[in-house]
Amino acid sequence: MTAKTMERIVGRLLQTGVLLSAAVVVAGGVWLLSRSGNTVVDFRQFRAEPRELRSVGALLNTASHPKPEAVIQFGLMLLIATPVARVIFSMVAFALQRDRAYVIITMIVLAILAYSLVVPHG
Amino acid sequence: MDLLAFAGVVYAISAAAGFLGALTGLGGGVVVTPVLTILLGVDLHYAIGATLVSVIATSSGAAAAYVREGYSNIRAGMFLEIATTLGAVFGAHLTAVIPGSTLAVIFGAVLLYSAWHSIRKRKQLAAKPDRLAERLRLDSSYPSPAGAIAYSVSHVKAGFSLMFVAGLLSGLLGIGSGAMKVIAMDQVMRIPFKVSTTTSNFMIGVTAAASAGVYLSRGYIDPVIAMPVMLGVLTGSIVGARSLMGARPRVLRLVFAAVVGLLAVEMIYNGFSGGIQ
Repeated sequence: MTAKTMERIVGRLLQTGVLLSAAVVVAGGVWLLSRSGNTVVDFRQFRAEPRELRSVGALLNTASHPKPEAVIQFGLMLLIATPVARVIFSMVAFALQRDRAYVIITMIVLAILAYSLVVPHG
Repeated sequence: MDLLAFAGVVYAISAAAGFLGALTGLGGGVVVTPVLTILLGVDLHYAIGATLVSVIATSSGAAAAYVREGYSNIRAGMFLEIATTLGAVFGAHLTAVIPGSTLAVIFGAVLLYSAWHSIRKRKQLAAKPDRLAERLRLDSSYPSPAGAIAYSVSHVKAGFSLMFVAGLLSGLLGIGSGAMKVIAMDQVMRIPFKVSTTTSNFMIGVTAAASAGVYLSRGYIDPVIAMPVMLGVLTGSIVGARSLMGARPRVLRLVFAAVVGLLAVEMIYNGFSGGIQ
């Protein structure tokens, strides 16, 4: 794979991820506003989000009885996954170029991302 | 305030911030957090969670265009992302330990610095050969109307260390830390401006994703706040980028820097006076 092709695919990947997640967030947002637009909101006090909105696994468990907040959160998770997908793609591209050093460098970045995104914190 | 009004106000503010941020090159996310906390009384943790998400959206959107133009140094970006993601994870954990008032003061200081960075003139420094840069094959070239221009990369270790700090601030404050990433690249590593700016943008999304995992599982990302912030900043920055295609009018930049400076002072004052906890 040439550097040019790689750049074009990375560009397309990032664009698709952002547009897809924005579409899901808009859908969830419209649903939320039409259902509870008159509810009074107050964010002065920090209360951590409910469990089901804090990890991909827990969020997917609510899929059988979806709520607008969960749809928005799913869109946001798609957005967070976009740069991660880019890193995974880069690793494959470096592997195809037989660039061992950069495959290892990319794997280190992926490991740090995995620690943040997969391991439960606090 | 009811949900509809809240979402409307937050969307409008975020769109304006994204628009001005794209026009001035300062990034839109940085002003959203102070406005949410100072004007709307939103808890700082929710504000940084929502802003961080919008940072991923604008960075990925802009990077998509830049990468295709061939300016970004993908190798340098990937190597330096080790430092920024490590810093980001560390910073994101620190948000749970550091009191909100202290975070507000640090936020204000970083904002002041970014405002100053956006208006001052930078000098392009000549690169010196660096063994590590050669080993990592960081030297590259970028396109220009007169053909490809080759450049080399200097002071890789110092740049890498500064990138850790940039990542730390990104995770601590939910910002892209673009100003600091650019400084690490063009002032320390002596990479050409256009390459520094676009590579920084490319790195911001991955750095922010590294904090986002920690934010998400600590419950900082609230869908109701993040929805209008993300959509607002995204639309604002797309319109901003389209309307001027890279030109950054000096007057507008000065005005926006002044606004950011004022918000910074307000943030620091609120931190010390206990207005933000």
